[in-house]
This record gives sequence, C-alpha cells and structure tokens, in this order.
Amino acid sequence: MNDMSNPEGYTTPDGRKIGPVLMEMKNITLRFGGVKAITDISFDIREGEIRAIIGPNGAGKSSMLNVISGFYVPQEGEVWYKGAPRPAMKPYEVAQQGIARTFQNIALFEGMTVLDNVMTGRLNHMKTGIFAQAIWKGRAEREEVANREVVERIIDFLEIQHIRKTPVARLPYGLKKRVELARALAAQPSLLLLDEPMAGMNVEEKEDMSRFILDVNDEFGTTIALIEHDMGVVMDLSDRVVVMDYGKKIGDGTPDEVRSNQDVIDAYLGVAHD
Amino acid sequence: MNSVLEHVDAQLLTLPGLLHRNGRELGGQIAYREKEFGIWQSWTWAEAAHQVEEMALGLLTMGAAAGDFIGIVGRNRPHLYWSILAVQSIGAVPVPLYQDAAPDEMGWVLAHCGARFVIAGDQEQVDKVIEMQGDLPALEQVLYLDPKGMRKYDHSRLHSLAAIQEEGRAQEGRYLPELKARLAALGPDDTCVLIYTSGTTGRPKGVVLHHRQILAVAKASSEFDRLTHREDVLAYLPIAWAGDFIFSVGQAMWTGFCVNCPESEETVMDDLHEISPSYYFAPPRIFEAQRTSVMIRIEDAGRFKRFLFHHFMEHARKCGPQILAGAAVGLWDRLKYKLGDLLIYGPLKNTMGLERVRVGYTAGEAIGPEIFEFYRSLGINLKQLYGQTEASVFITVQPDGEVRADTVGVPAPEVEIRINEEGRIYYRSPGTFVEYYKNPESTADTKDAEGWVDTGDAGFFEEGTGHLRIIDRAKDVGKMASGAMFAPKYVENKLKFYPDILEAVLFGNGREYCVAFINIDLTAVGNWAERNNIGYSSYQELAGHPKVLGSIQSHVEAVNRSVAEDPMLSGCQIHRFVVLHKELDADDGEMTRTRKVRRAFVADKFNDIVEALYDGSERVSTETEVTYEDGRKGAIKATLEIRDAKVVPVAGARQVAAE
Repeated sequence: MNDMSNPEGYTTPDGRKIGPVLMEMKNITLRFGGVKAITDISFDIREGEIRAIIGPNGAGKSSMLNVISGFYVPQEGEVWYKGAPRPAMKPYEVAQQGIARTFQNIALFEGMTVLDNVMTGRLNHMKTGIFAQAIWKGRAEREEVANREVVERIIDFLEIQHIRKTPVARLPYGLKKRVELARALAAQPSLLLLDEPMAGMNVEEKEDMSRFILDVNDEFGTTIALIEHDMGVVMDLSDRVVVMDYGKKIGDGTPDEVRSNQDVIDAYLGVAHD
Repeated sequence: MNSVLEHVDAQLLTLPGLLHRNGRELGGQIAYREKEFGIWQSWTWAEAAHQVEEMALGLLTMGAAAGDFIGIVGRNRPHLYWSILAVQSIGAVPVPLYQDAAPDEMGWVLAHCGARFVIAGDQEQVDKVIEMQGDLPALEQVLYLDPKGMRKYDHSRLHSLAAIQEEGRAQEGRYLPELKARLAALGPDDTCVLIYTSGTTGRPKGVVLHHRQILAVAKASSEFDRLTHREDVLAYLPIAWAGDFIFSVGQAMWTGFCVNCPESEETVMDDLHEISPSYYFAPPRIFEAQRTSVMIRIEDAGRFKRFLFHHFMEHARKCGPQILAGAAVGLWDRLKYKLGDLLIYGPLKNTMGLERVRVGYTAGEAIGPEIFEFYRSLGINLKQLYGQTEASVFITVQPDGEVRADTVGVPAPEVEIRINEEGRIYYRSPGTFVEYYKNPESTADTKDAEGWVDTGDAGFFEEGTGHLRIIDRAKDVGKMASGAMFAPKYVENKLKFYPDILEAVLFGNGREYCVAFINIDLTAVGNWAERNNIGYSSYQELAGHPKVLGSIQSHVEAVNRSVAEDPMLSGCQIHRFVVLHKELDADDGEMTRTRKVRRAFVADKFNDIVEALYDGSERVSTETEVTYEDGRKGAIKATLEIRDAKVVPVAGARQVAAE
C-alpha cells in the first residue's frame, strides 16, 4: 500500500497523498570547465512530497538546485518536468512553468515594504498591459485587488501581518527568510525550491520555519525540494532524501533508510584510515 | 440592595437577552470589527445575533446541557465573544482562560470546573488542551476557530467551530424549539461567567458572577461615563480578565457599542491607530510604552521639530490638565493651547490612536504621575479606577473633573466602602460576586454574611476630597525590625515611574533595613545604550553594565529622598539593591498572568541574592532556572554586582512609626 515505487503515488505514514512524478533528473552531469560539479545523478521529485537534498559542504547541492531551477544547463542528461523533457530556458520562463525559489543569501528588494516584496511574487499572474495599468480603473484595479487578496492570505498564513508595511531592510534575518518564503508562495508554484531555509537561524527560528514548511506542504499541497545542512531538521521534515558527496549521489530514500546507509555515515562522520 | 436594575425590563437582565434587543433595535449598526487579511471586516448586531444563534444550535447538536462548563481560550476575536454568548444562550457557563497560560495552568482550571467542552482559538491552544487531556476526565470535545495546521489532527473529539455552526443551522428545525426554551428559562440569577483570578498566592480561584451582577455594573458604569452605542473600543486585553469581560461584553451588550478586534497581538498599536477608539482601556505599562516610544522618536526628529515639540509640551504641562478639567485658564494660554493642538497635540494623538478618546481608563497598577500628566496634558481624558474581579471590576472610579494621579477616585455608583482600624478596605456593591466555585472556605474568608467583601488592600480616604488612596496589599504591609511601617508597593511604584525601570521588588519585612531587586526596561535602556554607543549582546549583559547600574543607582537615591519626606514610610528607604539578570516572568511563576509580582515566590526563588543583599557582600553568583515559551527549561548563570545606595537620615522616623 505504501509502496514508494508505485508510479501512481502513495500515502505517507501521516496520511498525506503523494502523487506521480513531477520532475525527474536523468543522468545529470554538470561541468564548469574541467571541474565536475555533478556526476551522473538521477532522482525524481513526486507531486506533494517534501524532497531534501543534503550533503557536506561542496557536495554540489546548490549546483543541483540550480539545475532543477533551470539556471544551470547540464552538459549531459535530461530534466523531465511534468512528463516532458525540459529545454534550456530563461528564468522568467521557468517561473511561468510554476517553479519558485528562495535563496541562501536573501534576495529581496531591501528598500521596499514586505507587502510590495510579496506582491512582486504575483507578477506572473498579472495579465493587464502597461496601458491598462496606467488608466488603472477597471480591469487593472480588479486584478490588483484579486492579487492582493492572495498575498494577504499568505501574509496571514506566515504570520507576518505586523511587518506588512515595514521596509525589508529594517527586518531581522529570520523574518527576512520568512518574507522570501512568502514571495515564493505568492507565485502559487507547483514546485517550491528552498535553498538552505534554516541557515543562520537559532533554534526557535528553525522550529518556526519547519512548521511553516510543513504547513505550506499540508495546506496548499505544494511540492517542496529543499537543500539543507542541518541533518536533524531534514530528517524530521522530508519524505525522501537524496544524499550527495563530491558531486555524486551516495544515498536516496526515506530518512530512516538514509540514516542507516553506510556511505552516508562515512561521508558525514569520515572514514577511519587503517 | 440591587436598585440599579429596578426599572429594567426582565427580558434585558441577561446578556443573551440584550443581544437580541440589540439585534432588533440596532440591527443595522456595526457591532464587531476584526482586521483580517489586511481589511477591517465587520458584522452588524443582526449578523452577530444570527451567528450566536447558529453557534448555540451547534452546541445543542453536540449535546451540551444547561449548567455545563465550557472553556473559551484564544486571542480577542469576534467569534470567541460570540461563543461566550452562545454558551450563555443554552444555559451553560463560559469559562474564559488566559491564552498565554502554560498547559498545566490551563489544565488545572479546566479540571477544577470540570469543563465538558473547550472552544479554542487556534492550533496552539488546541495543543495545550490535548497535552492535558489525560487529567481532564470530564472533557468530551474540543472546538477550534482557526483551522490552520489542524488538518492532520485526529478529529474524533475535535471539530471546527464553523462546522458545528453549519451543523446547528442544518438541524435548526430540530433544535430551535430547545434553544428557545433554554433562552426563556434563563434569568438574571443564572451564572453569567466563571472567571478565574490569577492570584498572587496559591491556586487561582473561580469567581462566579451572575447576569444580575454583570449587568448592574455594566449599566451603572456606562451611565457614569455616559457611554452610548456610538462608542468604539479596541478589545486587545486577555478575554480571561474580568475587565475585558465588563468592557467588551457587559458594557458592549448594555449600550450596543462596537467592539473592534486587532489583527494579531503584534499589530495592536497599528490597529489602535486605525480604529481610534472613543472609549479606551489600558494598564499603565501600555501608556508608559507608548509615551517612551514617542519620546524616543522625537529625539530622532530634526532640531526645529524637537524645539516645537518641547516648547508646546511645556505649555501643555502648564495648562492642559486645567483646560481638560474645565478650570479657568487665561485667554492667551487658551489660544496658545489651541495652536499647540493644531501643531503638536492633535497630530501626536492621531499617531497614538488616541485622537477620539472621550473616556480612557488605566487600572491594575499605579500609574506614574509623569505618564498620567503627559496624557492628560494632551487633552486625553485619562482616568483611574480601582477594582477587582470579585466586584465585577468597579469599586472606585474618578469622575470627570476630579482626576488625579495619586488617588483612585470615589466609590463607584451604588458601591459602599468601609475601612477598618487597620486600614483594610471592604466594599459592598451590586456587582459583588456570588462565591468562589467549589471553594466555600475562601468564599467565607472573603465575603461576610452581610455581603461585605475584603479587598485585601490597605488604604484610606483622603480628607476633604473623599478620594480613596491605596497603600498596598494589606498582607504585604508589615513592620521592620525597628517597628517602622513597611509598605513595599509604595516604594516600588516610585521606582517603576522611571522609564528605565520595568519592575522592582522591595524586601525588608522584619529586617533592619530595606533592599530591592530591580528589572531594567529593555526598550528604554536599550535605546539609551544605542545613543551612548554602549554595545551589549544580551539582556543580562546590559543589565550588568556599570553605566546602567550607575543610572539606576541615581534613581534609587532620588526615590530614597522622596520616601524620606513621608514620615510614616521613611523607614522604607533602599539601602542596597541589585539589578536582576533576568526579567521576572509569568512563565517562570514569578508573576501572575496580569503581571503582578508573586512576592513570596520571588523571595524564595532568589533567596541567595536576598541573603547576599543583607550580608554585605559586594557580588553574588547565582544560577536561575528559566522556562522558554515552548515549555522547555534552561538555566542562566550570572554574577551580580550589589550596590549601596545613599539614604537620607530621618531623625523623627522611628518615633512617629512607633506611636
């Protein structure tokens, strides 16, 4: 019943429905000049799941995320998305395909308010042209109201009402991370990529962020792929984990499977030289 | 005894009865507002009555019986206020709980009253109830308001309030006659609410209040301040607190005014600005925080603005309170005040959200004269009242035109006050509580056969004006080794009036001299540190900074000088003090949920520091257990510097006190 290899999907132990494969990496190899960042990696991401990519520093996690997001084009291998191979594309085209992300080093508009920042996440959902926007009354106004409503629901969801009108530059780090998540959610993505969402946070902030990630997945059914350093957090959050080391995949499976994988233990704890 | 309600129609003697009157007579008027998704949503009285009816029907479908206790916990939201009325409508008793209470505190109250149902605001509250459910054999079902994060929970004993409401509406045909019968059976001598007092000693006590008492007080106090259905209030203080019950439920039902609920706890100040209430209530610490933030921001303004501000504030201090009290003030001063209102006072009040305040109250603690004067001088009619849960709040209140910082006013309408030889204050009023639930001994200790209630406070009536002045909790007033009177609150309040002192605890009962614990106010001191280029990484480090200690020392010495002027209390000067390394906190049991210091507990917990204060040592190393918000415990270690403060020698003091 809980067969993870079932192509139609499966049910997690806590009762969430995981659907068919949303994105598949087929034998990806990525090179920068003579340096191989990623070597022959394959794995898939299923609809509705929380999929983590972990590994020690320099393992190629961020490169992998950039391949998923379409920012890097691998020299070998194919990325299949929604059942078809994906050609090389521009960032805005990726966004139009329903992929949104957050960044390890926060990339918000510092001078703008939280509300305006989150509104920029709705850009792909705005259809009115520049002239309609200039005239404002009518279509453009209705559209903005509808988009604002989506944004306000996200603000409520992530509990950032109190900073709605605060310029981002004035916020502490943990809140900025939450605003970035809000902006990514505003795009209503079918695949959400999180690049080290807990980096630099204290225990309490990590707990909050974990709860939000779980809630997002649960309430909106958003598929989430995340990179993370903190093993403990990853093991608690994810349905399945890919482990990378030196650009290669050394493990793939449920947190429990990965935890007992000897290669993974060696990569994290080091191997005794005898 | 209960003459206030003599000519009131019997149908209007219960809160649900008043709700239906409001639904009929004020049907189209806005009764509740709540900011949600960035917009103020509103409900008319007719809509509110409709919602309450649905909820009541829903509760009936779940089998709620008359006399059941139903816990209600969460932040101020219209739906929770309606649930209070729905519970009353079916003849059950609402038990509002503090939303920041720890699970075991909440569990204790729910177990004590034997609640069958709990209506919880959100996941956090539901989690606490679930954690304690092993100790709650009577608990059957939990209802929740905000569905966020609740999807994965086991719903066999858990339901969303909306679903129950829908169920109630769907089964209207079956349950409406039952609801009507229950409403008809409801009378003024049925229990209106069970409110647990937070108590500075021991377990909380459940105060039983009937509709008759709540309405007598709501009516008398509304008439006293001429409140009408046109008022707007901001409901942001805990729903478990008797004051909120009187203001946001009792008076709102009686007069039909509008109750506005903030978007979240963090947005209260913005929401206050947007709503601009006409009737406002806040404990002194909120007024103090608001004033501090204004003062800090003014220091960042340009020179001309600063000059303008200080110039006109000086003028306001001089004649603002008199103009507000309606006293005679010269024409030139009046004109200048008008100009000041145009340039400074008006915009300032607007920013603070106090522009429309017609009646404002502060209570719960003594307010600093400077803070009080600041608001009065701006033309805000801020007054004081003195009360307690057992009196349905009102005991004394300041009438317009007789407002002062150092008294709590004259007896509220229909309230009789008696003070015994020892200075202990007793009262008797139409709002006097019925009993402490399941606690006849405490009831008998507090209330005598004639209905006189012991406040536990000591005070006296001022000669000439008839205003009541409170000295302290009677049990806290003691004698020092020399026989001089020891009244800690009196000295602590003087300390707390300094913006950089958040809390102070005085010791000295039975001792040679007095010593004090002091908590700094992180906002004020942090800002001061920033301006003076003092770096710090934690509260503890800032609290121990020599410059901070120096400035606290100067405050302590100033207080000593002022205390020395009072012949009765000059023995209470502070000889030695310490600035604590942590803030006193309700989560650690050091304070009540209404932020009153639990003196005995603090003395016991920090026993090593108290001893060090008395044995003459210069510093003390200590380790303190702290509880984090999620209930985990940790410990902080610190070495605290103990300082000596100058005291003023008082020759006649012992003699006077020994008389």
